[in-house]
Amino acid sequence: MNQTLADVLQLVALVGALALVHRPFGDYMAAVYSSGRHLRVERLLYRCIGADPGAQMRWPAYLRSVLAFSVVGVLFLYAMQRFQDKLPLSLGFAPIDPDQAFNTAASFVANTNWQSYAGESAMGHLTQMAGLAVQNFVSAAVGMAVAIALVRGFVRARTGELGNFWADLVRGVVRILLPVAFLSALALVAMGAVQNFSGMHEVHTLSGATQHIPGGPVASQEVIKELGTNGGGFFNANSAHPFENPNGLSNLLEIFLILVIPFSLTRTFGTMVGSVRQGYAILAAMGIIWLGSVLVITASEYAHPGTAAQLAGGAMEGKEQRFGEGSSSLFAASTTMTSTGAVNSFHDSFTAFGGGMTLLGMMLGEIAPGGVGSGLYGMLIMAVVAVFIAGLMVGRTPEYLGKKIGTREIKFAASYILITPALVLGGTALAMALPDGKEAMTNIGAHGFTEVLYAYTSGANNNGSAFAGFGADTPFFNTTIGLCMLLGRFLPMVFVLALAGSLASQTPVPTTAGTLRTEKPLFSGMLVGSVTIITGLTFFPALALGPLAEGLSR
Amino acid sequence: MSTATPVREESHDGIPSGPSSQHHPSPHGRRPGGTVGGGLFDPRQLVRSLPQALRKLDPRVMITSPVMFVVEVGSVVTTVLAVAHPGDWFGWTIAAWLWLTVLFANLAEAVAEGRGKAQADTLRKAKTDSVARRLTDDGTEERVPGTGLRVGDLVVCEAGDLIPGDGDVVEGVASVDESAITGESAPVIRESGGDRCAVTGGTKVLSDRIVVRITTKPGETFIDRMISLVEGAARQKTPNEIALNILLASLTVVFLLAVVTLQPFALYAGAEQSLTVLAALLVCLIPTTIGALLSAIGIAGMDRLVQRNVLATSGRAVEAVGDVSTLLLDKTGTITLGDRRAAAFVPVGNATEAELAEAAQLSSLADETPEGRSVVVLAKERYGLRERHEGELAGADWVPFTAQTRMSGVDLPATGAASGADGPDGVRLRVRKGAAGAVCAWVGERGGQVTDELHTQVERISQEGGTPLVVGIEDADGARALGVIHLKDVIKDGMRERFAELRRMGIKTVMITGDNPLTAKAIAEEAGVDDYLAEATPEDKMTLIRSEQTGGRLVAMTGDGTNDAPALAQADVGVAMNTGTSAAKEAGNMVDLDSDPTKLIEIVEIGKQLLITRGALTTFSIANDVAKYFAIIPAMFAVAYPGLDTLNIMRLSSPQSAILSAVIFNALIIVALVPLALRGVRYRPMSADRMLRRNLAVYGVGGLVAPFVGIKLVDLLITLIPGVG
Repeated sequence: MNQTLADVLQLVALVGALALVHRPFGDYMAAVYSSGRHLRVERLLYRCIGADPGAQMRWPAYLRSVLAFSVVGVLFLYAMQRFQDKLPLSLGFAPIDPDQAFNTAASFVANTNWQSYAGESAMGHLTQMAGLAVQNFVSAAVGMAVAIALVRGFVRARTGELGNFWADLVRGVVRILLPVAFLSALALVAMGAVQNFSGMHEVHTLSGATQHIPGGPVASQEVIKELGTNGGGFFNANSAHPFENPNGLSNLLEIFLILVIPFSLTRTFGTMVGSVRQGYAILAAMGIIWLGSVLVITASEYAHPGTAAQLAGGAMEGKEQRFGEGSSSLFAASTTMTSTGAVNSFHDSFTAFGGGMTLLGMMLGEIAPGGVGSGLYGMLIMAVVAVFIAGLMVGRTPEYLGKKIGTREIKFAASYILITPALVLGGTALAMALPDGKEAMTNIGAHGFTEVLYAYTSGANNNGSAFAGFGADTPFFNTTIGLCMLLGRFLPMVFVLALAGSLASQTPVPTTAGTLRTEKPLFSGMLVGSVTIITGLTFFPALALGPLAEGLSR
Repeated sequence: MSTATPVREESHDGIPSGPSSQHHPSPHGRRPGGTVGGGLFDPRQLVRSLPQALRKLDPRVMITSPVMFVVEVGSVVTTVLAVAHPGDWFGWTIAAWLWLTVLFANLAEAVAEGRGKAQADTLRKAKTDSVARRLTDDGTEERVPGTGLRVGDLVVCEAGDLIPGDGDVVEGVASVDESAITGESAPVIRESGGDRCAVTGGTKVLSDRIVVRITTKPGETFIDRMISLVEGAARQKTPNEIALNILLASLTVVFLLAVVTLQPFALYAGAEQSLTVLAALLVCLIPTTIGALLSAIGIAGMDRLVQRNVLATSGRAVEAVGDVSTLLLDKTGTITLGDRRAAAFVPVGNATEAELAEAAQLSSLADETPEGRSVVVLAKERYGLRERHEGELAGADWVPFTAQTRMSGVDLPATGAASGADGPDGVRLRVRKGAAGAVCAWVGERGGQVTDELHTQVERISQEGGTPLVVGIEDADGARALGVIHLKDVIKDGMRERFAELRRMGIKTVMITGDNPLTAKAIAEEAGVDDYLAEATPEDKMTLIRSEQTGGRLVAMTGDGTNDAPALAQADVGVAMNTGTSAAKEAGNMVDLDSDPTKLIEIVEIGKQLLITRGALTTFSIANDVAKYFAIIPAMFAVAYPGLDTLNIMRLSSPQSAILSAVIFNALIIVALVPLALRGVRYRPMSADRMLRRNLAVYGVGGLVAPFVGIKLVDLLITLIPGVG
């Protein structure tokens, strides 16, 4: 089969599968979060943590619960790494250094999974499973809970109540993430991924050399890594490793898992607000941006101008032979547009424009479709901003889904859009200005700059993928990127929940012919325009000095 | 509810308004009716406002607009740098243009404010310190200065006196010249009791004597409020303006970050930038266009209302008006002409229509009410019956209409009657016209019989929403009813179309009337309103407003009577008529000096236009940035990375010219858009979807494309300057 046709068929299969699944799955998630019933295992959990799942929380209480839960998560993960030599299944690995342990703890609790360590040569099985993998589940569930709280803000009227965080958290894990992860893990094992508790296998090669092949509970962690848009691989090579991602089919499954919750949540949103068309409008905006990214990266990888690349038919450096440009580009676009950060190829080796697109994908704020939960709330915030500007143009004070976007609401939305640019640009500027940053760089020129920019973009937007190319495991990078990840994750949540609280207390405005129709294609298009122009303008100078300078060089 | 019709009648048909033009408070003239137009913009205003604009450079004033404050800081920084390097023409030019950018913004605001100044001056003249004749407790008068009056004081005003303060007439009736505030020279009647008792300080009593109870403290009178309003002194930022300011401030911070962090990046790339260039980049990126024009847009919006003789007591109300989704409109005076008009003669029995018409005309000659006159007019129009005057018929005994008898008519002697209805000698011809009950009783008293047919017709007309007037006659054939005059409400011209427009805008119209449900329904259907409230009491109105509001709808209404006050206060937008009581004016958040209830529709359009203008210019401003990047980024970095020159798609002649062109374009676009900000974006009633599509195309796409052309043009001009480019 011709390569282009194969790529197109793969894309069609992926989009088809998502189209097929997002409806029932989205409705299922809506039902999960709206249900009044508790499963027996959930009741047990509530009793353990001492939570009353029926108690309604206003936004400060909801936020306190989110933060308290996350702080405990960071401390627990930090302690686990620092004392891993004293824990079972440590495989004999030494404790992690304090700065790296902080970085890793922040990274996994913030749903980022930036890894300044190599999994197979630093983390024991228990740390991976009971520490990292658990956070892969719960940090994803936290994101979804916050998104659902915002949706409730739109749905509810004349109340400040946003639901119960503990119930949302537990349901997200028990009823959504665990069942899907379990089934997908079985599928992945069937496709050839490994799942065991063994340490290193010593094998002898034909030439007589000795190799150490690590094993471990790979498939189970692989699945939640994608499904929860986490991205932290069991192995350092991440999804490029054949034990994590053995073949083309498993690759497609992993991309599907990356995208399925973020895209389906738009349906959940539509169902919960009582107008599935509102969900489709958000879905369309997300889909257009995602598809744009896929096309730009794919085209750029195929059309690489170098001689070697021309002979190979595309830029194959840093890509796996079993995936090729098409599957690698599709994966790269999906992982950077969703805050996943798993990689099946080396983004650093992508062409300047392809690599630049992965960078821009993250800069857009991980909203198309974005991380689980965080994508939906991020896009809804952008929708609020777009509605505010466009709503004025129809001659009314702006309103979205029947809720007025007034001073309070715009204050929260404006603060939200301020955070990640501040962290990305501030962090990069700090690294470029201080000797600590520049010393760690191994590349020079525009590409070297892109690598540092990528690191902070990835951290602050909770993506977690790396351009690599510089030694990230230094106290400077571990600390600054660690802070970027925590602030980039939890500060926006403060404003999202505050906005949700403010919306929930309003009296809804009825829809009339004078109302801006937010379920129309025109609005989706405007949303795409707002997202690309606002973030594009913010990062254009930085991009010009990185990928653009590299790609346009003569 | 009553409306101000009789007074309006007088003011329109009375003294011609010719000599009044010199008293006219609006320097721009008014545009009655029609969709929203704008104020005129005279370029000379720019020059005149220059001193005011310079005064606004004070940083303490500038800080209220965060965007322009940043530009001012940039101007100071670049100026200091230029002074440090006096030989650098580029630095000086950038500094100069940054100052011009700030100045243009201030100019826009000053021009907008200046338009109210002239009006305020006229008002001040009316506010000359008057001397009040205060009534003391023992009934004697004492002369006190107008400023010394207190609420509750009674003052006497006679012909020629200026009324010293706002108040209610408690005794007497007088004609008052209110041209100082309304611009309308025809005098109006003010009388104690009822809904026309309010007088405004600064207006002049033309005849008679009234006693006024002062209701407002000096300094807080209507005219004081009006002065501060038109001058913009009391202007507070409206909620939406504050929200927009927050968003703009946030964007400014984002761009500030982008520019500040650029220097380390540039240093790494080996292309260190001068502070001047960074300041230029920052000013080009932050939303200066909307930042500069935001307050001018708000002031101009208020001004457009003032030009239409509407005073809003808060900018909040002007904004809320754009969101109104329910309009409560009084039937009388708003939807229909103030009075019912005769529309048809319906004879009964053997009478012919012509006979009925003649009898009706005869009986109405002595009826000076508008209804009565309309009967005469219809008889003339339809049957060519010449209008006769009371003196024409010798010996006629006229019976004028009174509220007690509820009928009018004439008794004619048998001889010399011009009427064709010959009665036998000694028997006089009597004609009566009036309310069905009254005339039927009269016929009965005279020994006549009222037929069932008449009752049927009376019933039918009532059901159709009309008012039946029965015409009775007594001649040789005895007393009988000739037929019925059908009085109908006449819908004002063009109302149907306006309601259709409102519906397209998503606004529901509700007609309020004291009529019975049947009548109300008929008129509602004819006028094309969406809903009606029949037999409305003030309580009903309140209930209706509250129920609309609980549904999240914003309600606007007009009113003038004291019993309207609670509803006016409850409504989100309450427009009180200037002829109304002080209670109504206090309760509403707008006052219409023309007392034209139909204007509510125009007010809604002005409110919408205000918001649209803001949104359009914000979109335009943000879209502009794309082109500026394509001008400035290659100019800054093409030295370090020659490949970046590919981004110079405008092919600007040199890096310095590119940066300068962007800065100059950025400043000039503010001036270019001042007329638009003052006039407001053209508004036509259409659905939100169509409006959005249109405005996005004009201001979004236009904002994307325009600067590419503009910057290129400026660049071409710059290259013409010798020694540059």
